[in-house]
Amino acid sequence: MAFENLTEKFQRIFKKLTGQGTLSERNMQEMLDEIKVALLEADVNYKVVKDFLNDVKQKAIGQEVLTKVNPSQMITKIVYDEIVELLGSNKTEINYNKNKPTIIMLVGLQGSGKTTTAAKLAYLMKNKLNKKVMFAACDIYRPAAVEQLKVLAKQINVPVIHEEGLSAVDIAKKAKEVVYNEHYDVLIIDTAGRLQIDEALMNELNQIKKEVNPDETLLLVDAMAGQNASEVASTFNEKVALTGVIMSKLDGDTKGGAALSVAKLTGLYIKFVGTGEKISDLDIFYPDRMASRILGMGDVVSFVEKVKDTIDEREAKKQAMRALKGQFTLDDMLKQLKQIQKLGSLGGVLSMLPGMPKINDEQKQRVENEMKNFEIIMDSMTLEERAYPEILKNSRKVRIAKGCGKTAADINRMLKYYDQAKMMMKQFKNKGGFGGFGGFGGKFPPNFGGR
Amino acid sequence: MGLIKFLKEKFSKKKEEKELTKQENNISEVNEQNDSKLEENNNIKKEEDLNKLNDNKNSDFDLKKYDKGLEKSRKSFADKLKSLSKKYKKVNQEYFDNLEEVLIEADVGVKLTLDVIQELLEKSKKEKLEDPEEINELLIDILFLKYVKENEDKNLELKFGSKNPTICLIVGVNGVGKTTSIAKLAYRYIKQNKKVLIVAADTFRAAAVDQLEIWAKRINCDIVTGLNNQDPASVLYKGLEKAKNENYDLVIIDTAGRLQNKVNLMNELSKMSKVINKLSPDSIKETLLIIDATTGQNGVLQAKSFYEATGLTGIIITKMDGTSKGGIILSIRDELGIPVRFIGLGEKIDDLELFDLEKYLYSLCINKD
Ligand SMILES: Nc1nc2c(ncn2[C@@H]2O[C@H](COP(=O)(O)OP(=O)(O)OP(=O)(O)O)[C@@H](O)[C@H]2O)c(=O)[nH]1
Ligand SMILES: Nc1nc2c(ncn2[C@@H]2O[C@H](COP(=O)(O)OP(=O)(O)OP(=O)(O)O)[C@@H](O)[C@H]2O)c(=O)[nH]1
Ligand SMILES: [Mg+2]
Ligand SMILES: [Mg+2]
Repeated sequence: MAFENLTEKFQRIFKKLTGQGTLSERNMQEMLDEIKVALLEADVNYKVVKDFLNDVKQKAIGQEVLTKVNPSQMITKIVYDEIVELLGSNKTEINYNKNKPTIIMLVGLQGSGKTTTAAKLAYLMKNKLNKKVMFAACDIYRPAAVEQLKVLAKQINVPVIHEEGLSAVDIAKKAKEVVYNEHYDVLIIDTAGRLQIDEALMNELNQIKKEVNPDETLLLVDAMAGQNASEVASTFNEKVALTGVIMSKLDGDTKGGAALSVAKLTGLYIKFVGTGEKISDLDIFYPDRMASRILGMGDVVSFVEKVKDTIDEREAKKQAMRALKGQFTLDDMLKQLKQIQKLGSLGGVLSMLPGMPKINDEQKQRVENEMKNFEIIMDSMTLEERAYPEILKNSRKVRIAKGCGKTAADINRMLKYYDQAKMMMKQFKNKGGFGGFGGFGGKFPPNFGGR
Repeated sequence: MGLIKFLKEKFSKKKEEKELTKQENNISEVNEQNDSKLEENNNIKKEEDLNKLNDNKNSDFDLKKYDKGLEKSRKSFADKLKSLSKKYKKVNQEYFDNLEEVLIEADVGVKLTLDVIQELLEKSKKEKLEDPEEINELLIDILFLKYVKENEDKNLELKFGSKNPTICLIVGVNGVGKTTSIAKLAYRYIKQNKKVLIVAADTFRAAAVDQLEIWAKRINCDIVTGLNNQDPASVLYKGLEKAKNENYDLVIIDTAGRLQNKVNLMNELSKMSKVINKLSPDSIKETLLIIDATTGQNGVLQAKSFYEATGLTGIIITKMDGTSKGGIILSIRDELGIPVRFIGLGEKIDDLELFDLEKYLYSLCINKD
């Protein structure tokens, strides 16, 4: 795994740095080079990386190396904090007008997620914020672009303004009239995908802007975008004066370094992120999570250290071996759970793991609660039952349920989980993966995650 | 700067000095067509005049925008390098750094870039090259040689057998240009007098089928569709049956976009691939991955996962009319050996060309001044 390499490299460099009094340009260089590679591999733009690391250097030089923290941790923290700051925070909400409709226009390259995101925003505003929302379908070029928006709109019962034969500008104008006359709260304008170098189409955006004067002009940036994202965003910003960014497709395994490029070059904030194809897959943006993701190591440095202290590697290996032979018991699972709980809150641990599938706060909470439940249930079980959970028939379940104040359904859920954890232990062992965490190495059994 | 724009600029500078080849002519023509996207699309929309479109195809599309293929002399481009090298009389570390930046900003990726620059340093030392021009030439040589494979078929067109239809499965992440590329491919082979069938097996995304139906109608291509949220494999099944019974030459299958880390969705795709193997065991099977030129380093992971799920016989790199360079295809080739077959150069039906490695490499390396 890439992040392990990076962590290893860091640790090697750290060792050299310990014992040196202050951070200097020289003793930091190797470390900064590694960070440079990490950022480039995360698709942060080359020039942005250069500038960014210079800033970091300036901040770090001369800082005292505290005895308790190693210098590498200090640099990592400086880098991390700097990214978080650049990505910004607290500026992510949309300001709604009080006495007139709020108009939001979505723009971006072809296929970046405008139409889908229009629907997601409408869903959020309508269902969560109780707004009266309308769409303007202004992509008059791409085959079935209007139909796509209409299908999505129907799912959430939002009307669409469109008229065959009208120009994009005229459709937007007409939609504005309607939302004003009929007292809508929000108008969302979906526009055609376009290249930032396409003068004619960039001009069209400006004309729409002139006519309807949107409160927000949001650029869609694909999370998988590479080096060129910075140029695209800068040009869109220069030509149509953006007010913010939405990053789509963050449910993938891309690092999303484009977020940093765009933030650094345009000074714009990311207001939302797309986390799936469904209408509900829109999330607010968390700069800290994004920083971890871009650095590609999660919070790996502190994570690894925590892990080292709390997990007895031999014990973990023993478990894995037993699982391999099919002897993974409920007891083993309990040990696993306890080890993981020692790591602190599970949510924290999860968010430190790079490449984790999307798990929202609510799901994290659910996982943690489930773990607590399992522990309570198992405390009421005999040693034999823990070793051979197969013997748990109804009568036993009733007894256990009474003993721990849970229901038989809780117990069944735990057994189901046990089966899956056991399978996963085997799979991990086979793949030579994260043995120490057994069933939890970066993955949860399907009934925890949701999809 | 994109390939086309780059070429156009380079060529327009040279106009007076050099006679324009037919090829050059055509390239600027493509560009002008791009500029008039607004108008053109409106026309298509308003008129839906299929005959007119068909007429167009006969005049416009016999012209080959890209000449031969890989064999074309690299020397013809050599003087284009001068602009970059003028600044430097002798190469120094800064010059190499500059090249490194060029490659990384083209999304070639850190690892491959460092490999290539390292090789460049060593070879230029050995051959005592100091002239920036020669260094550039060497860089392109290195990239070229890294890419080409001796025993590989140089013909990048889809393969056809003598009896059974060729089955072409189109896969890729969301929004990269699968559906549009399918229309372009179908059109390309209709023009080559093949009997083409499109199968609309994206039953998931809103109006995905409508989108493909509109394209099919515009180019007069037969299409098989299913119902919303129907199992895509069953639409595929229907399409393959029809192809067999009605003697099609080529079946092109659209699939829903999917991110490669979604296990269920990747399994669904494997299943479709297996259906093809089972139902059409004697057909030539092409599986093309669509990569968006704007894609960064995630492209390699995309190629890996799709390769594992369905196997891949090639890549179409789309949106090369933009300012992205699509350098990730070099990393993909380097790591997985998958060749680029076609290149997408716009949103119109004829904006698809065979991939020309040399032109590509020159456009990649020489856009800096
Ligand atoms: N996985 C995932 N897919 C997304 C997300 N947002 C959009 N998509 C998908 O990306 C593809 C393109 O999305 P669209 O909304 O059509 O993009 P667009 O910008 O409107 O495209 P054009 O109008 O053609 O320029 C579709 O398949 C969407 O389902 C996201 O956050 N996650
Ligand atoms: N500029 C440019 N745009 C392209 C090119 N190919 C496709 N597009 C545009 O990219 C957008 C997405 O194309 P689609 O064909 O719908 O992509 P897809 O992969 O089928 O998308 P999903 O099915 O939603 O995953 C559309 O707006 C296309 O017009 C190209 O070569 N150049
Ligand atoms: Mg759209
Ligand atoms: Mg499609």
